Amino acid sequence: MTTAIDRAPQLRRPNRVRVRWLVVVLCVLAGLCVLSVAIGTRDVAWADIVAAFGGLTDTIEQAAVTKRIPRTVLAALAGAALGLAGGVMQGVTRNPLADPGILGVNMGAALAVVIGLAWFGLASANAYIWTAIGGAALAAVFVYAVGSLGRGGATPLKLALAGAATSAALISFITGVVLGRNDIAEGWQSWRIGGVGGATFDRIGQMLPFLLAGFAISLLSARKLNSLALGDELAAGLGERVAVTRAVAAFGAVILCGATTAMCGPISFVGLVVPHFCRLLVGVDHRWLLPFSALTGAGLLVAADVIGRIVARPTELDVGIITAFIGAPFFIWIVRRTRIREL
Amino acid sequence: MSAPFALPAAAVEAVARGRVRRGRRRRNVMLLLVAILVAAFATTLMVGRSFVPPGDVLRVLFGEDVPGASFTVGRLRLPRASLSVVAGLSFGMAGVAFQTMLRNPLASPDIIGISWGSSAAAVFAIVVLGLDGTPVSIMAIVAGLAVALAVYGLSFRGGVVGARLILIGIGISFMLESFIAYVLEQAPQWNYQEALRWLAGSVNGAGWNQIVPVAIALGAFGAALLSRARHLEILRLGDDAAAALGVRVAGTRIIVIVAAVGLIAFATSASGPIAFVAFLSGPIAARIIGRNGSLLIPAALVGAVLVLVADFCGQFLLGMRYPVGVVTGALGAPYLLYLIVRSNRAGGSL
Repeated sequence: MTTAIDRAPQLRRPNRVRVRWLVVVLCVLAGLCVLSVAIGTRDVAWADIVAAFGGLTDTIEQAAVTKRIPRTVLAALAGAALGLAGGVMQGVTRNPLADPGILGVNMGAALAVVIGLAWFGLASANAYIWTAIGGAALAAVFVYAVGSLGRGGATPLKLALAGAATSAALISFITGVVLGRNDIAEGWQSWRIGGVGGATFDRIGQMLPFLLAGFAISLLSARKLNSLALGDELAAGLGERVAVTRAVAAFGAVILCGATTAMCGPISFVGLVVPHFCRLLVGVDHRWLLPFSALTGAGLLVAADVIGRIVARPTELDVGIITAFIGAPFFIWIVRRTRIREL
Repeated sequence: MSAPFALPAAAVEAVARGRVRRGRRRRNVMLLLVAILVAAFATTLMVGRSFVPPGDVLRVLFGEDVPGASFTVGRLRLPRASLSVVAGLSFGMAGVAFQTMLRNPLASPDIIGISWGSSAAAVFAIVVLGLDGTPVSIMAIVAGLAVALAVYGLSFRGGVVGARLILIGIGISFMLESFIAYVLEQAPQWNYQEALRWLAGSVNGAGWNQIVPVAIALGAFGAALLSRARHLEILRLGDDAAAALGVRVAGTRIIVIVAAVGLIAFATSASGPIAFVAFLSGPIAARIIGRNGSLLIPAALVGAVLVLVADFCGQFLLGMRYPVGVVTGALGAPYLLYLIVRSNRAGGSL
């Protein structure tokens, strides 16, 4: 028994190690949140930060801090949602390159929102989120269908290509809609890069029910994803209804992506990077991997937001740009490391 | 066990007949494509907001001064149609070269990120450096080649595997895409609609100083690609089989990549990355001509026809004036659907 465990050190981790990492991740996340409240384009003294937490907005500094608090919360929530969605998608597709951005799911949500804005007069945040979730679901089904047909099923290469091609087509449609409508062009431009800048607790409250539903569905399917990881035949042999499991877990991920995209715009690569990193910490058991992905994703997006405020002073860089520049080299590294079979 | 080395005469004759028939079909289809291209070209010169009779168009083409027609046809429609044709030829040929080499109909240069390099450089040059005209084109070309080189270099690990090349191209294109978004965001005075137009690909306001470099590049790189057409066909059998048949795989691959990227970069610098033309032309050509012989020339012709027709539709048939790239992009989506249906039966490549 012990030799089998020794031979596969990445697959199983003793719970002691996992708990230790859990403490570390929580501490880092807390530290990043503090940084996110303290650091910004304006320097603020600690006394002002404490006062702002007490509800004071007398000085500009305190007012700035009160704006940073919901922003930090939104970044953490969105990061958690994207990290978790990435973990679930990688489990559902059994594909190391799955990510809501790469698979074109975010662009599906984007097109749905743009169409809603242009022709159906979307106004309420709820309508936004439902539209985005619908678009994300359609895009996810479409890309998975394109990617899994033909010889060999859904290989990483075919899924990534199908996602890229679908994204390109969706962007053309979006351009077509936006070009005809000067009135929505500006909103679309600032929304598409992805940002958490304009967060308020009202808006967070509107997306929260969706996020909670998504978190619940995704985390509850963790055990079933473990069975799926054995392969479809074996999972079916263990009594798992493979198609249902896939659909339910993917639905959870789509809710998370759709709600996040509706609020923050498409943010790529968080869902790709985070689960890979967490696998190094806690192994491949989804019951540990998924919660860790959520926590680490929250940390990554808060950190990206802080970096975006520091590097381009006095202006800000949107988180979507930062995550793309962190995530794309990581993607390339995975591709170089993995032995990909020729078509 | 002794294999019959001499095939029956009837079988040889049947094979030969089939070959002749396919050759004839190929020639007929190519002639038909050329005829369609000429007809589309002539139509775009004659028809528009105002109709110019064929006689007047011919007189303008021969350099006569025709009142009322010289400006519309000679200054507006002729450069626009010419740029459509040279850009379409370039995109079509380069696209099918990539698809054939990587043995995947989805692996066209606009999807695996080669075109994004040129776009990023052009947007940067226009917005940040405030350049226009030839310097923008030069930067777009240099950046296109540099990005292609980076993709090739990063995917090199004891030889280049097609799959790795494609995936790394997708990764790089994500980075370039967000760079473009950042540059556009930093430039509030920049007309966003205009940028979108350029990024989608447009032949609006074409001038001869843009067209001539693309045409020269088409001649040079196109000839280089055509000289490798046979090897490219053999590469379809797989790298190992091609090597066994005497093709120098790495060498052919480098020549094809350099030539195809050159075509893409020059065309992109003039017209922007006209969405999906490189992606669509090869498979359409394969569909109508059948899979025998090189697809380079048929795909180039299909590309030119696509751009001409799509530009015409974008200008006159829809409610407002759309750049050509939006129309071709919308055409690409149903083709993806079609690809699903077909790959169900045939299982994949071109």
